Amino acid sequence: MKSASSSLEAPVSVKVLLPNAFQKHTNGTREIQSNAGNLPELITDIETNFPALKTHLRDDQGQVRRFINFYVNEEDIRFLGNEKYAFKDGDEVLVIPSIAGGC
Amino acid sequence: MAYAYELRCRECGKRYDNAPLSICDECFSPLEVFCDLESARKTFTREAIAKGPSSMWRYQALLPVPDDYVPATPAGWTPLLQAPRLAKRIGATNLYIKNDAVCLPTLSFKDRVVSVALANAQIFGFDTVGCSSTGNLANAVAAQAARLGLKSYIFVPADLEPAKILNTQVYGAKLVRVDGNYDHVNRLCSQIAERYHWGFVNVNLRPYYAEGSKTVGFEIAEQLGWRLPDNVVVPMAGGALITKIRKAFKELIALGLVEDKEVRFFGAQATGCSPIATAVKAGADHIEPQKPSTIARSLAIGNPADGVYAARAIRESGGWAEDVSDVEIVSAIQELAETEGIFTETAGGVTTAVTARLYAHGRIHPDDLTVTCITGNGLKTTDALAGAYELEQPVRPRLSDFETYLEEQNEERELVLGGASVR
Repeated sequence: MKSASSSLEAPVSVKVLLPNAFQKHTNGTREIQSNAGNLPELITDIETNFPALKTHLRDDQGQVRRFINFYVNEEDIRFLGNEKYAFKDGDEVLVIPSIAGGC
Repeated sequence: MAYAYELRCRECGKRYDNAPLSICDECFSPLEVFCDLESARKTFTREAIAKGPSSMWRYQALLPVPDDYVPATPAGWTPLLQAPRLAKRIGATNLYIKNDAVCLPTLSFKDRVVSVALANAQIFGFDTVGCSSTGNLANAVAAQAARLGLKSYIFVPADLEPAKILNTQVYGAKLVRVDGNYDHVNRLCSQIAERYHWGFVNVNLRPYYAEGSKTVGFEIAEQLGWRLPDNVVVPMAGGALITKIRKAFKELIALGLVEDKEVRFFGAQATGCSPIATAVKAGADHIEPQKPSTIARSLAIGNPADGVYAARAIRESGGWAEDVSDVEIVSAIQELAETEGIFTETAGGVTTAVTARLYAHGRIHPDDLTVTCITGNGLKTTDALAGAYELEQPVRPRLSDFETYLEEQNEERELVLGGASVR
């Protein structure tokens, strides 16, 4: 799957690391490769791969739940432009629900 | 429930048996411990508590540990002090300080949360524990793990204050310095906790750990003679402490130990890392993460896990949040030490400076009974005061030399005062 912006370029492949909390809905899969060009495409891709995850990933309004965080190569995707960030080939995307830490 | 407590999702309410788990597998929201207040009603009385130990464990019936748990470390039960001199300085008349700068064993309120977390680490059978930390938590986990005979891995940002690094290593902990800020460290620990069978106090043990913060609230109420204050000022990093003090007050009200009252909660952050204060000021129900840049490293969490809950607690209570600059933080550390004899770390400087501002801006009425929470000790962050004081030339051990020294001091003072009057 490619977005309009990335369709003129070489296809990207990103590694996506899924958290343990997802595994119940992904038959234990912890890692996938995706050709998504950006975050909305990636979320659609994850939902296509794992239909059972879809209802859990979004709230009643269809929005991705606010506790789910996405990081690209150690950086919070919100610092990179969030949905506007175009994935680069080889990017590693880390999904962390409900970050812990602190007090 | 087998125990008088269980885990519940904070958003969808799904219930879980006790386990090292912090995330709901249905909606991916955080889990929280829910204590059965009815089962505590008989044992959690003013009289029974008064007969309990002089530590946070006097409130054991409302902490997530089994009834027969025997604590190894007497953390908590720190002084609640009237602060008349600081109060006069900032325009208050009824100000108290909850002084966790002297919380044992490692001089910060983190000793409370770690006590509860490690109790559960033992219950779940972990032989290795760990944490991501901005320093105080590192000290607390390392010390208490040593006392319980547990191995510990402590992950900290590489630029942490030297005193906090030394105060962790001395307990024999394995200290891993991570090339990044706290949020990077935290993320790494989330991944490690999923891969290794370790008990991370603020990751997979987080619901239990956070409950330990309730003891700050229980103590404030008991030390005020079983009544609630009008206002509480609390430093915010991850945002859990402020929500847990509020939870403690609500539990005390539900059990009839204090009169029902809506306490206003005020949050304190450093401007260089103020995601929660920013959300409160903007009236936002979400938190925009920030990249921290402040000397208050123990509060430097750019993506606070409990940020939305902290902002909500403040808003619901009718409180407010403020943030202060690094210069104000240092001044406030000095002011608290000079007026009340309490040397706090940078986080306490944040809380003190914010408290002063809340009075100055009329957010807190001068006559209100207000408690400001000091959560850590200044001996750990002495570098924040580097250059603040001159080292004077030594005086020879002769009385005449000392008298000369005093005269010079007086002359200097007169010069300063004279200069001031000219201006």
